Amino acid sequence: MEGISNMKHSGFQGTLLHRIIARREITLLVIIVLLVAAVGIRAPRFLQPGRQLSILNDTIILLMLTLGQLAVILTAGIDLSVASNLAFTGMAVAMWNMMMPGVPMIVLVGASILIGASLGAFNGVMVAVGKVPPIIMTLGTMSVYRGMVFLISGGAWVSAHQMSPAFRGFARFSFLGLPSLVWIGVLTTGLVYLFLNHTKGGRELYAVGDNETAAGFVGVSATRAKIKAFVLSGAIAGLTGLLWVSRYASAQNDTAIGFELETVAAAVIGGVSIMGGSGSVPGVVLGAVFLGIVKNALTVIGVSPFWQMAIQGGVILIAIVANTLMDRRNQARLSMNGVSA
Amino acid sequence: MSVSQRLVKTFVRWEAVLVVLLVGVFILNTSLSPFFLRRVNLLNATYNFMERAIMALPMMLIIIVGEIDISVAGTIALSSTMMGLAMQAGASIPVMVMVALGTGLLAGMLNAVIVLRFRVPSIAVTIGTMSLYRGIAYVILGNQAITGYPRELAAVGQGVVGNTMFPVPLAIFIVLAVVFGVVLHRSRLGRCFYAIGNNATAARFSGLPVDRYKAALFSLNGLVAGFAAVLLTSRILSTRPNIATAWELEVVTLVVLGGVAITGGKGSIYGVLLSVFTIGYLRFGLSLINVPSQVIGIITGLLLVGAIILPGLFEKLSNRMIIDRQLIPEIDSEATATDA
Repeated sequence: MEGISNMKHSGFQGTLLHRIIARREITLLVIIVLLVAAVGIRAPRFLQPGRQLSILNDTIILLMLTLGQLAVILTAGIDLSVASNLAFTGMAVAMWNMMMPGVPMIVLVGASILIGASLGAFNGVMVAVGKVPPIIMTLGTMSVYRGMVFLISGGAWVSAHQMSPAFRGFARFSFLGLPSLVWIGVLTTGLVYLFLNHTKGGRELYAVGDNETAAGFVGVSATRAKIKAFVLSGAIAGLTGLLWVSRYASAQNDTAIGFELETVAAAVIGGVSIMGGSGSVPGVVLGAVFLGIVKNALTVIGVSPFWQMAIQGGVILIAIVANTLMDRRNQARLSMNGVSA
Repeated sequence: MSVSQRLVKTFVRWEAVLVVLLVGVFILNTSLSPFFLRRVNLLNATYNFMERAIMALPMMLIIIVGEIDISVAGTIALSSTMMGLAMQAGASIPVMVMVALGTGLLAGMLNAVIVLRFRVPSIAVTIGTMSLYRGIAYVILGNQAITGYPRELAAVGQGVVGNTMFPVPLAIFIVLAVVFGVVLHRSRLGRCFYAIGNNATAARFSGLPVDRYKAALFSLNGLVAGFAAVLLTSRILSTRPNIATAWELEVVTLVVLGGVAITGGKGSIYGVLLSVFTIGYLRFGLSLINVPSQVIGIITGLLLVGAIILPGLFEKLSNRMIIDRQLIPEIDSEATATDA
């Protein structure tokens, strides 16, 4: 009891304001609101609902991929193959649809998740059982999966007129005023949230990423946790592959090329620790939305699109440095409380 | 260790596998084109991969100390852009070269400052600076290219040494490889790099200036990237913001395929040299028969993953073979002991 009362009186946790600022998600949310307001003042059309919807549409696929990335990074890994997985699965289902337009969409959805999950499982098994460092493994499969797109397509595109109307409309049909793409994104986010926060398997990802040895001592299998994370990341990448080619009505060899780094960026901006063991779904949502808004805002306020890459790099750097500094402050506060208690 | 044990140990080393791979690539290429083995072809093929080969040398040291630099290709694009701006401003060739080297050095130093000052993992930082450096090149150039470099500049990236057929980039690479090899394997500094890579905390407690060494290596990596930009620009005599795209991954592949542990503390210059020429000639041979670059990507991707799995398997195999052989003398010595 004495310890608790001491903690209450220790300076750092004193005010409500401090506690709110300590939540990194709240800080990011405030930054996003300020950003939207600033861009809105400069270009009022940025605040129109149509514009917001288009930002949402653009951001959903990034958000979904980043949720998979979150699961892998939580286990102290990284998945650089997501964009190639997306491109391969997208091409595979698009070609299937081209050759057999009669196959119902639900089968293609199942197939995309399955193909993506298998590609993810290959990463996961090699990392967890073969002990290949995740960055090397997924660096390798990034070019392997990308090359496989070329192998199955022979370098050709699948374009809009070769797709069935159901396939083209899959990501676009409207339900309760929002396109299906957004609903699928919301559903995925909810499911990943439930998995990471309310299932044993999800909590194990945090445990393994935080301290693999300790997790092993309490009976958590790091092997299984890592494979799970990569399978989840792969399954989401596969599903987004279908959504991507449906939304843009074209499957190409260089679909989403370079997108893997955007997912890492969104995760890092959302406060996910690249060392593993720490990161949240709300954080990732805000990180992805932040990147999406920055990209859209640049075009709206008339900044040349060539600025986009440099600004994105700058934002990533600021985010990781800010996260590290915030972590250090929290650490310091923890140890101070430890002393006072 | 007996002579035979040492033979086993040498033979099942990863470098030996690379030698076999290299010989295999040569046999493959010779069967593809009877002219491949002519000296002029062997030498001319190196022009295409020397910039990446040179980048592999400082990257090897960075990975040995347990760090990584994903921003090298972005640094090359930015250095080449700055070099082009200097040219447009009327600078002479030496000044252009200095501008490229300086840009690379600054880029490397910025990496070092962020990684070491804020204690952020280098993979995260250099993913950020990768976008930043190439992004600045895009901001400056947009979709434009810089051309009109003086013809004399080609003497570096396209030239030969004196009156021989020996390419200048290859000569530079060999000189640099000797320097890096001597530093890594024959100097106190090289031993320090291994020590840092094996256990940075222990190295720090032993009084090694770990951060200073790491900062120097990041800066060196940037400087060499600036130099690679000079070679590349002088070879293609133009600059676009998208030059050297995805080279960071190719350079890391070269180093890791050469047997350098991505976790640090292990690796040799011989392995890296072998992997540089194996991959270089493999790409050259496959492009001779018009294998698309995506398929070459599959092969190098699988090689990269294999490069991690196989050395471990080989180590286990070689240890088992040594143990098998050790059993015999042990039994012998026991027999003599009981006899006595």
